[in-house]
Amino acid sequence: MPDKTPLLELKDIHKKFPGVYALQGVSFDLYPGEVHALLGENGAGKSTLVKIMSGIYAKDQGEIVINGKPVQITNANEALENGLSVIHQELVLVPHLSIAENLFLGREPQLKNGLVDFQSMSEQTSRFLKEFGLNLNPDAEVASLTIAQQQMVEVVKAISFNARIIAMDEPTSSLTDKEVDSLFSHIRDLAARGIGIIYISHRMSELFEIADRVTVLRDGKYIGTRNVKETTADELITMTVGRPISKYYNRTYNTNQEAILKVKDLSSRKVKNVNFELRKGEILGFSGLVGAGRSETMHAIMGIDKITGGTLEFEGKPVHVKNTEQMIDYGFSMVPEDRKDEGIFPFQTLKFNLTLKTIKEFINFIFVRNSKEDEIADRYMDELSIKAPNLQTVMNSLSGGNQQKVVISSWLATNPKVLILDEPTRGIDVGTKSEIYEIMNELARNGVSIIMISSDMPEILNLSDRVVVMCEGTTTAVLDHSEATQEKILQYAVKI
Amino acid sequence: MSEKALEKKVLKNRPVNGLLMSIKRNIGILVGLAILCTIISINSPVFLTTKNIMNVLRQISANLFVACGMTIILIAGGIDLSVGSTIAVIGVAAASFLDMGLPVPLTVLACLALGAFVGFINGFIISRTKITPFIVTLSMANVLRGLAYVYTGATTIRINDRGYINIGTGFLGPVPLPAIYIVVVLIIVYLILNKSRLGRHIYAIGGNEKAARFSGIDVKKVRLLIYIFSGLMAAVASITLSARSYSGNPTAGEGAEMDAIAAVVLGGISMAGGNGHISGTIIGALIIGVINNGLNLMGIHSFWQMILKGIIILVAVYADYMKNAKSNKASEA
Repeated sequence: MPDKTPLLELKDIHKKFPGVYALQGVSFDLYPGEVHALLGENGAGKSTLVKIMSGIYAKDQGEIVINGKPVQITNANEALENGLSVIHQELVLVPHLSIAENLFLGREPQLKNGLVDFQSMSEQTSRFLKEFGLNLNPDAEVASLTIAQQQMVEVVKAISFNARIIAMDEPTSSLTDKEVDSLFSHIRDLAARGIGIIYISHRMSELFEIADRVTVLRDGKYIGTRNVKETTADELITMTVGRPISKYYNRTYNTNQEAILKVKDLSSRKVKNVNFELRKGEILGFSGLVGAGRSETMHAIMGIDKITGGTLEFEGKPVHVKNTEQMIDYGFSMVPEDRKDEGIFPFQTLKFNLTLKTIKEFINFIFVRNSKEDEIADRYMDELSIKAPNLQTVMNSLSGGNQQKVVISSWLATNPKVLILDEPTRGIDVGTKSEIYEIMNELARNGVSIIMISSDMPEILNLSDRVVVMCEGTTTAVLDHSEATQEKILQYAVKI
Repeated sequence: MSEKALEKKVLKNRPVNGLLMSIKRNIGILVGLAILCTIISINSPVFLTTKNIMNVLRQISANLFVACGMTIILIAGGIDLSVGSTIAVIGVAAASFLDMGLPVPLTVLACLALGAFVGFINGFIISRTKITPFIVTLSMANVLRGLAYVYTGATTIRINDRGYINIGTGFLGPVPLPAIYIVVVLIIVYLILNKSRLGRHIYAIGGNEKAARFSGIDVKKVRLLIYIFSGLMAAVASITLSARSYSGNPTAGEGAEMDAIAAVVLGGISMAGGNGHISGTIIGALIIGVINNGLNLMGIHSFWQMILKGIIILVAVYADYMKNAKSNKASEA
């Protein structure tokens, strides 16, 4: 590729924030038609780099070169003018406007009388959508589209701005496998048209499927760039983490234990006739498509959704679920799926977050035992090696991986007998992932029964003692570790 | 590792809830208050006399009662716009109870119960339906104000009972009685917010309601409790106000919710919930009280006072916002 001029070159970029040297001389280049992945743990500097090239942050030092010409990008508009578009992890479409209105937001075509020319807007949008092979109505409200479709609308929007460079930040984090396949075919389309793609993802397997080259960042430093064809997952992991991770999935399987929880014909407004048993000290994987009712099953068990039928038996005694507090008292804990929305208290301190579930242990009426509270917080800071300046750090300023560790810790502090983990490693870097796996393995060995909902197939296959498969709100199979394969799980997940 | 241990040590030696912390937290607004006091005392020699200071304390107490309830509700991510009308209804009720010959202690109890009941209705609707607190309490405000007018025929009911009047006008030594009640209430609010499980739950709900529910917190119960408390505080404010004005008046408490919100927001408590301390509210109420009192002493017309008050609140909150924006940016990296 060196014979061509790169679309984009970032040379020796530096960026300092108060207290953090976020980028220390990072270089990066992108050729036409190339998919170049950015890899690194949370906090490695990927997002900062993308924000600098899209004009959200100003660089302290370094050079941005587009098509061989040095450019200054100081705001989002200048980035667009230079053909650079970013598709952020959180979608920024306006949900209650139509696709066409979103596409032309701020540059609506006008009639002579100054009103918006909705017809021309629809027609142009329709052309863009067709060109991209999307069968969508330009007048459809964005909120009515699936996440995957919304993402494609963002891509189309970028194209409509004549973007030559598109950066995608974790585009697959909330997509199903099928949607990922379709996204990838669109990405290949874009590349074939000579557009350069910057692809940020934590999922190693995706990089090998879609990327041509990978650049690794660690702690704000440039570590190296590899051709995907000439590297291995192990090498990339070592580069991102800074040390080799010998056994990624380290699991002592546990068989033949008595059942601690029996769920029979459990139904709620969202699930029906759910049946499974959880054994002491096992990891029970829950697999299925998005929307199969896995999280909803757990919400019913935890007393968040009302149970409308069926029975629960815990440690040999029937349990009538009244509310979440009661289930926590029984020894149930649940780390929810959506960390930001359901897990953390973003503007509270780390200590508040760590100890909220255990305040009974140190607050009686109006008497607070500060020493006990500190003891709980300190213990989990150490045990789960949470990286934060101190216990007064505001939760929001931690990286996603550390936030997840805090949420898990806050539940571990309640000494759960049953720990439900809903997508425990979503959006988390490999280093933290392997730490979380280790914690799970250790907990199971100490007799804690773990339910793990996961859409990450390797995770399900490698960590679970048994796998429960769900489809359309009901359980369709329970597979032993030895018999569980991707094909078999998928077969039960889509129902024959 | 040693670095980490050191950080923790430093942390432990720091007083987390001490007086120093609250001064540090409110430094901007404290400086503002000091400047305000200096300007007024230069212009009016009466300002810093004991008598006037006690007067200010009595004047701000009514606002501070309401602001105490509002503080808790705003921290929990809600709002209560019905407190002003609650003050009117309870003042009218107190005057009629006394008219009917109900003894003072029973009248006070009945008023407190009525305030709690209004709060209960608010809290019940808010926690059982998806109607936002803004709409529920706005509607309640209209209903209550209307009730007060209908019942009195838009006239004022006089209060002649010396015992009742004394509740609002009496002194303990040089200190007006309402100032003593407010100290008791402030201590209770401080203990709730900083020392009790309920306090943690209130911050949690304001910080992230869904996460609070997932953490096993009974969100409905907490909601119910805080609106009951707010109604109770409105009742206390109403009792001292009606006693001081010798009357139950259907126009009483007009705009009281806005003064309370202003005090709370001046104290640095975010309308978005999850954050804030009662110390901020105290200073916020002091500022509003000092502005009112000082501008009166300086002979500035009350219409101009409104304009100045509005501008001061806007500037103070903007300054606070800028401060937060700065520190957010620093932690974003």
